[in-house]
Amino acid sequence: MTINPDLQGRTYPAAEVYDVGREKIREFARAVKATHPAHFDVDAARALGHADLVAPPTFAIIVAQRADAQLIEDPESGIDFSRVVHADQRFVHHRPITAGDRLVAELHVDGVRAMGGGAMITTRSEIYALTGDARDGGGQRDAVATTTSSILVRGEGQ
Amino acid sequence: MKPTLAELTVGQDLGSRRIEVTRTDLVKYAGASGDFNPIHWNEAFATGVGLPGVIAHGMLTMGAAVQLVTDWAGDPAAVVDFQTRFSKPVPVADTTGTPDAGAVIEVSAAVGMLDADAGTARVDLTVVSGGQKVLMKAQAVVRLA
Repeated sequence: MTINPDLQGRTYPAAEVYDVGREKIREFARAVKATHPAHFDVDAARALGHADLVAPPTFAIIVAQRADAQLIEDPESGIDFSRVVHADQRFVHHRPITAGDRLVAELHVDGVRAMGGGAMITTRSEIYALTGDARDGGGQRDAVATTTSSILVRGEGQ
Repeated sequence: MKPTLAELTVGQDLGSRRIEVTRTDLVKYAGASGDFNPIHWNEAFATGVGLPGVIAHGMLTMGAAVQLVTDWAGDPAAVVDFQTRFSKPVPVADTTGTPDAGAVIEVSAAVGMLDADAGTARVDLTVVSGGQKVLMKAQAVVRLA
């Protein structure tokens, strides 16, 4: 199956809300072998001026990969997940992610480039936190992070 | 004491760290991140798609490598930009039931660039496993006072 070149420029709107919990921050921090107290101890995080536990620098990947799943699982995309290799990744943080945030991600397909029998696909997730009344589903949101990732979908024999 | 921009020089060594990874760590990362691709936990599946064996999540290597920067900066939120390319897979041997690591990742950090106007330092990471650079252009931009 070949990758659909029309994917380029496609956007998947923010779907479900991701609620950032303290235990998820602790679990993710342990999983990446982080030991900084601001991931585990609310008082330590507050002493640094944060509202609550601070997420590690790569935590947003959870939200970004959920957004990416919309593309990968889209039957029109032609992507075979078992042939996907992560090629590069970037996180730009507009403000820290802390426990209690309600996040949404808007996915943009920025690039689709044929490579051999496969393709390199670059996606960008614009991650926002719902604020004020919007926390319960309204329209206000703060920009939190922009993540960019390229995946290589290997062709046959690659 | 948090580092300040004024005391840094380009090329300055910011230390190193040795990270041991086991198959259990891969299962933990899969659960924590939601990335359940079987190439990270099933040997037969991994070799079946042409890999040397079960490999670590690139995002586990990236996420573990940046801890050196986080701890040095004194605040995880100081890392405002972090990027890398995944240049080589990190195969993780099955050492279940033994105290041995399945893979060892060596991380070292140095100051790559200083931007006084932005109040940031770029920290360049060298990340090696099995004698090969597994991350390329691993750069963290840190906001400092």
